[in-house]
Order: sequence, then C-alpha cells, then structure tokens
Amino acid sequence: MSDLSRSVAIVGVAESDEIGKIENKSNLQLHAEAAFNAIEDAGMKPSDIDGIVTAGTSTLNTAEFMGLNEIKYTDSTSVGGSSFEIHIAHAMAAINAGYCETVLVTHGEAGRSARNRPGPNLSDPASQYEIPYGFIGMPINYSMACMRYMHLYGEERTRQALAEIAVSTRKWAIKNPKAYMKDPMTFDDYHESRWISWPFHLFDCCLVNDGGGAYIVTKKEIATSLPKKPVWVLGVSEGHDHGIISQMPDLTSTWARNTGPAALKMAGLTHDDIDLAMIYDSFTYTVLATLESLGFCKPGEGPDFVANQRTAPGGAFPMNTNGGGLSYCHTGMYGMFLVLEAVRQLRGETGERQLDDPKTCLINGTGGALSSTGTIVLAID
Amino acid sequence: MTNDYKKPIPSPQGESDFYWEKAKQEELWLRECPVNGPYFYPRDISPGAMRRDTKWIKATGNATLFTFSIVHRAPHPGFIEDVPFVTAIVQLEEGPLMPTNIVMKDPTPEKLKIGMSLKVVFEHINDKIALPKFKPV
Repeated sequence: MSDLSRSVAIVGVAESDEIGKIENKSNLQLHAEAAFNAIEDAGMKPSDIDGIVTAGTSTLNTAEFMGLNEIKYTDSTSVGGSSFEIHIAHAMAAINAGYCETVLVTHGEAGRSARNRPGPNLSDPASQYEIPYGFIGMPINYSMACMRYMHLYGEERTRQALAEIAVSTRKWAIKNPKAYMKDPMTFDDYHESRWISWPFHLFDCCLVNDGGGAYIVTKKEIATSLPKKPVWVLGVSEGHDHGIISQMPDLTSTWARNTGPAALKMAGLTHDDIDLAMIYDSFTYTVLATLESLGFCKPGEGPDFVANQRTAPGGAFPMNTNGGGLSYCHTGMYGMFLVLEAVRQLRGETGERQLDDPKTCLINGTGGALSSTGTIVLAID
Repeated sequence: MTNDYKKPIPSPQGESDFYWEKAKQEELWLRECPVNGPYFYPRDISPGAMRRDTKWIKATGNATLFTFSIVHRAPHPGFIEDVPFVTAIVQLEEGPLMPTNIVMKDPTPEKLKIGMSLKVVFEHINDKIALPKFKPV
C-alpha cells in the first residue's frame, strides 16, 4: 500500500455549529451542519462532493438529508468510534480506484439529547450472553479489561497512570474554547470522583455529548488547488480482533498492535517521527492500552510512559490536545473529532493550545468493546 | 422466580436452544471443536477452525475469576436495585472464558480476587430462562 501514501489529503474539517449539550437537533441535522462547515472550510461547494461516507446511520439518509444526489461512492462502515479513522483509508482506496474524486465523511450524534435510540438486536451474541448480566454500556466492559491490566501490571501504578491521563487531558481542554469540561482537575479531584464501575471513577469515563463533525478527503490534484494547505494521508491501517468484550483475545492489548506498526510502515515513519498523538480516549484505560499496543512503549510500561504529566501541555509527548473525549466532546462515536484536531494542529489553527510547528500526527481510533482500531498517519508539508 | 423481572432477557437462537434448555435444568453445556477443544459461546460451526463436527459437552461448573467490575451506576433501569453488583469474565475449568455475574452481597474489591475458585449457580428468571451465574466456593 506504500504507493498510495500521500495520494490523497484532508482538505476540510469542522464541527457542527455547536457541540456539547444541544437540545432539539437530530443526528442528521448535526451531520448536515458539520458537512456544510467542512465544505466551507475546504473552500469547496456541495457539487464537488461525489463520495459519501458515514457510520451509525445509512449514507442513504445522510446524503438525501443534505441533498447530495449524485453520489458515486457510498460506504457506511460502522465498527464503533474508530469508523471515522477507517473511513480515511476507505476514501483513499476509493479515490485511487477511480470511484470518485472527493469524499465527504460526516458524523452526527445527539448522544445526550436524542429523542429516539435504537434498541439492541436480540439475535446478536451480546443479547444472549452479556447484556442479561448487565454488560450494558462501555464503562462496564472497559472496566473489566482494565481490571485485568491491574492484575497483571500492578493496581497502584495503573491507577496513577489513569489519573495522569485524566488530569493531563483536562489541562488541554482548558485551552480549548469548544471543550465541555474546563474546570481545572487535580489528582485529588480524580481520586475522589465517584465510582461508576470499579475500577473506573467518573473521571476515567468520557463525556456523553451531542455534536457532529465532518472532514473532506480529495485527490492530490484538487487538494493542491484549494486555499488551505493539504494535510496528506501518509499511512492507514484498520481491522478488529473480536466483537464483544468476553471474546477479546487479550484484554490488555488492542488490534492497534497490528494497525499501528502497519500505518507507520506505510508512512515510512517511526514512532520517534510523530509530533502529535491523537489517541481515542473513551476511557483513561483506552489510552493506556492503546499506547502500548501501538508500540510507543512495551506492554506494562504505559504507566511509566505517561508519568509526570508527560502528555500534558509542555510535556515531551503531546497527546489529545483538544481535551479528548474525556473533557472536550464525546458523542458516542468520537473518532471523527480526533481527525478534526489532528488537521487543525498540523495547519496551525488551534490558538492557545497550538503545538510548535508539528509536521506529523498519528491518530488511533478504537471502537466497540476495544474491538476495532484504525490508525492513520498524517503530515503537512 | 418473579413475574416482575425487569432486566433484559436472553432470546435463544437456533444454535443456542440446547444451551438454554440445559441451563433451565441447572446444567452448563459447552460446544467442543475436534481441533481446538471447548469454546464459548455456543455455535454449531466452531470459531477459527470452522469445523462442523462439533459436539455438546457438559461442563463441571467449576471456574476461576478471570476479571471483574463492581458496577455502582445501574446501566439499565432493571439493575437499579442491584447496585453495587459484580459483572465478571470467568475461566471455566474446561478452558473457555464466559461472561457472567458473581453472586455476592455488598461486593468490594477486597472480597474479589482474580484466580479465586467459583461454582456455577442458576438464577431462574422466568419459566423459560435460567441464567448461569457464579458464586465463590
């Protein structure tokens, strides 16, 4: 796949008009607002879009709602929050195969305020073997994975790592005007926050917000003709190794152990070349397990890697500079928002939280019950 | 058994009817693959090897605690009166991992040790379904 590296770029990114707590906006309205804003950010027009990609709802619904009716490539791949990383890979493949030229990827989820929610599919394995026992919602699933990590690598040092991640992420959120949680968080605040599902405190868990996001992927020739600098897609990799948590091959290692090295190899880069890491933080533990799986450190060494606020503003390993799903915004499928921040940091558009001229970013999305991952490596010239 | 059971109830599928019938009789049965041995959850065609010549075997009901969570915030209205309660993945004596609950009053991290011995018990939730759960030995 190395020959596809730098063949497409992300040229437009945006959130919906508002994110956070938004009553009276449907999922599709949030999709449409973000799409409109991303098209504007790219300096394009709706008629430039000939591919549509989303997760969690049909592309039939999203494209129709926006009146995009000359679609040549359609993809509703939905494998949880990582879908929006995987969509970059699919857009790259579709554009290079000649299906289309410009792909709009949209997300909209009133995770907090939706009036209607789908129920579980009773024929899915979870409905028989997990949900009846109360394995409902991701805090419980991820708690059990984290407990296994604590058992293998030590409870106290794991707990400290979770606290480091929660506190450092909040420090970034304070610098982001769009972040939902902007009150300073001390280590004591973390340790004293209430239990959700032991070993998770409230502050181990992401927010539940309303919001939308969108980005646009297009081919090199179009990308270089637009007003803003293209953010090139250097490496992509996707996949999954299980569905439900009790089937996870190793509760302490995600499929990022494959997608991380594969995406870096395609990009022709190593871990040391990465200026910014955008790591899906549905939970503090997601970050810990992911950093190890990606190969930034060895299994069990994550607590040392994130120690002493190393991922906070001013730290040696800047991570989740938007404030993450923990403190900025998490609608349910957060992967979209990782992409928005990565592109803005590379473009130098992030104001007070802007890193010093970052050239490369690694994004890793995690979806389902630590089930799927998508790793993307981006760069700007 | 109560008629006002408010939690989600499993809906048996063709490949799992036998599992749930046996659970109703307070027996835990597993599928076994001729290549890779016993597995959970029940599927006619074995995972990985994809063999069709699989068979049902009766499990001893002995297990050890593999991992757990103590749930303090009810994830569904049916669990409000249960919190705190324990969700767990247990390792059956036959090898497979199985999602379940640990039946325990007032659970704390101190009372739950990974590797502790467990025995299956059955909770009859209606006239068709009994849920296999586990108790410390």
